[in-house]
Amino acid sequence: MPKLYVGMGSCGLSAGAREVLEALRNLAAAHEGAPPPEITGCIGMCYREPLVEVRENGRRTLYGEVTPAKAETIFRRHLLGGEILEDEVVLRLERDAAPAGQEAEFYSQQQRIVLRNCGTIDPESIEDYEAAGGYQALAKALREMTPPGIIQEIKDSGLRGRGGAGFPTGLKWSFAAGNQADHKYVICNADEGDPGAFMDRSVLESDPHSVLEGMIICARAIGATFGYIYCRAEYPLAIKRLTLALAAARQKGYLGKDIMGSGHEFDLKIKQGAGAFVCGEETALFASIEGERGMPRIRPPFPAEKGLWQKPTNNNNVETFANVPWIIANGAAAYAAFGTEKSKGTKVFALAGKILRGGLAEVPMGTTLNDLVFKVGGGIKDGRKFKAVQMGGPSGGCIPADLGDTRVDFESIPKTGAIMGSGGMVVLDDTTCMVDIARFFLDFTQNESCGKCTFCRIGTLRMLEILQRITDGEGQLEDLDKMGRLAIQIKEASLCGLGQTAPNPVLTTLRYFQDEYKAHIEQHKCPAKNCALLVDYKINPVLCVGCTICAKNCPVQAISGKPKQTHTIDPATCVKCGKCISSCNFNAVYKD
Amino acid sequence: MEHRKEEDFTYRLWRYDGEPGELIPLLQSAQDYFGYIPRRAIKYISGVTNVPESNIYGVITFYNQFRLQPMGRHIIRLCCGTACHVAGSKNLVSTVQDELGIEVGETTADGIFTLFTVACLGCCSLAPVMMIDEQTHGRLTPAAVRKILREIRRKEAVHA
Repeated sequence: MPKLYVGMGSCGLSAGAREVLEALRNLAAAHEGAPPPEITGCIGMCYREPLVEVRENGRRTLYGEVTPAKAETIFRRHLLGGEILEDEVVLRLERDAAPAGQEAEFYSQQQRIVLRNCGTIDPESIEDYEAAGGYQALAKALREMTPPGIIQEIKDSGLRGRGGAGFPTGLKWSFAAGNQADHKYVICNADEGDPGAFMDRSVLESDPHSVLEGMIICARAIGATFGYIYCRAEYPLAIKRLTLALAAARQKGYLGKDIMGSGHEFDLKIKQGAGAFVCGEETALFASIEGERGMPRIRPPFPAEKGLWQKPTNNNNVETFANVPWIIANGAAAYAAFGTEKSKGTKVFALAGKILRGGLAEVPMGTTLNDLVFKVGGGIKDGRKFKAVQMGGPSGGCIPADLGDTRVDFESIPKTGAIMGSGGMVVLDDTTCMVDIARFFLDFTQNESCGKCTFCRIGTLRMLEILQRITDGEGQLEDLDKMGRLAIQIKEASLCGLGQTAPNPVLTTLRYFQDEYKAHIEQHKCPAKNCALLVDYKINPVLCVGCTICAKNCPVQAISGKPKQTHTIDPATCVKCGKCISSCNFNAVYKD
Repeated sequence: MEHRKEEDFTYRLWRYDGEPGELIPLLQSAQDYFGYIPRRAIKYISGVTNVPESNIYGVITFYNQFRLQPMGRHIIRLCCGTACHVAGSKNLVSTVQDELGIEVGETTADGIFTLFTVACLGCCSLAPVMMIDEQTHGRLTPAAVRKILREIRRKEAVHA
């Protein structure tokens, strides 16, 4: 008998997976012999959620946008009747066959190492993880490998920190391993704060044990006995599943005083972040775990020497740890076979913004931006024009469409002025104003600056004021030079990554989209028709039916017109609040 | 439920063993129980941990999560991350403000809603998104937002 699986990641849940699961449970209860539906994590196709999968004899058939009614059809016709609803199949995966179905292209471009279990196993079941080969890498590391051997394997694999900086992981481990102390710590940084990034959340929700296993292997390699997972409080589901995973791992003897009978001790705790972006910076993260304000500390001493509680500490990102068990199990050479000369393996990207297929995709390092946007991502929504990708969140930058053949790896991306970052990739189309994007990020970093360094605290505020002025149409040409100078000062005089990279969104947009800045300043026009004060609201007489709803919603009575006749907006009275656009049912109001 | 939260908070205070790292979990637990961090909670925590009240206040105001004022029964967290921003989250903020008559960070007079904006909820492919309590709502339009808020209001009225 085939089995049904419902994708229960955050995306699935907010799209209605809980109702679907409930409906399927009721159906299974009413039909004798029908297996109850099982849950799984996120397969990455967030844009087709909620997803329901029918799995039989190694063949997986996925249906998308499932409602309780559609779930019943799948239950009756496919599960009980054995009939595949061909027109509805989103994805079909079979052994020894290429992916098929409507979204085959999204899946076939990928190479899933970090996401190997995501959307396949039940994240709340340790047995499922074990059945998928879980904890075998740990067994190998404990029984067949020495700590220097583990570190050498990670070094040979070429794995680099997936949090954004790309520091070689094996080298980092060797520093912490080389320092002697009575206690050492392993920390997993799950404080995924970049707006537009959700790789870590998805891995923690869909495959928490792979991260735990990576951490335990690391602890063995560097000789640590205790660890922390520092997770954002905004990710309640991830915290819940991690808590379950920890309890299960302890019970099975993968954590505790005597791991798998090897005599090694390691245990860990989940610390919930309290909402501060700067805590993604490792020294600030330590301060936060220690119960203080999360402010960065001066380095050296480096964490490998004096980190948390002044003890040698190794801190890696969620995705880095999730790679580790795969490397240990399959060997460094298998991992290094993917990617480019200096950036090995794969990278998970969170595709979002104006892209058709928004979701999670894992591709080999060195894939081009164009391939990611058009092949994996399916191109731009609503047939609009691809303008730029924003990579690396508030520390990153915007890469314009003409540089679409840039390869994503730790060498090529920084050359454009952006950074690799943790993997957030927000795709922008021609309706996005680049000055507004720069202002958006500066608003964010200015808010999140911890206040320790003057140039970061005040410099970003001055920059934000200038950007606000430009988007309000009151900017001057000399503002552009002023921002360039401020950018250098902020970069050079800030202690941590937050300040050092805060000007990047401004610098890259100034470099590639200076025309847009100039249009705002010289012509008082926003080419993307986005900046409210620089556009006029108008009503298209062809589309307007005179329903009067816009006039009723206008807070300043700027709209006039009789019922069933075309309405007009008086530009002198209009305050450009946009309520007419959001209330019109006929798309008759437009910005000019 | 309330009882469990009180127990958790008092238990944490009682069990405190001098680990300075416990301060933030203590504050989180206090906020969980009281709905915000009242002056007296700061006093209790300071008494047990020996961290000066002024330092605790410093930690509270540093992190976005902590509140010094009571919050509404339902917390709206409107996402203003990059993907939501380009999908028009600004419009949603003004829709909620208009519907509830409050600004960001404020609570409605009837104590039902408190409105916050957050940097990113991580549901970018469903942008624009908001979270009410633990429930995430995606692919929102101003009309959908109004409908969700009115639905909660209606349920609250039935309870009352």
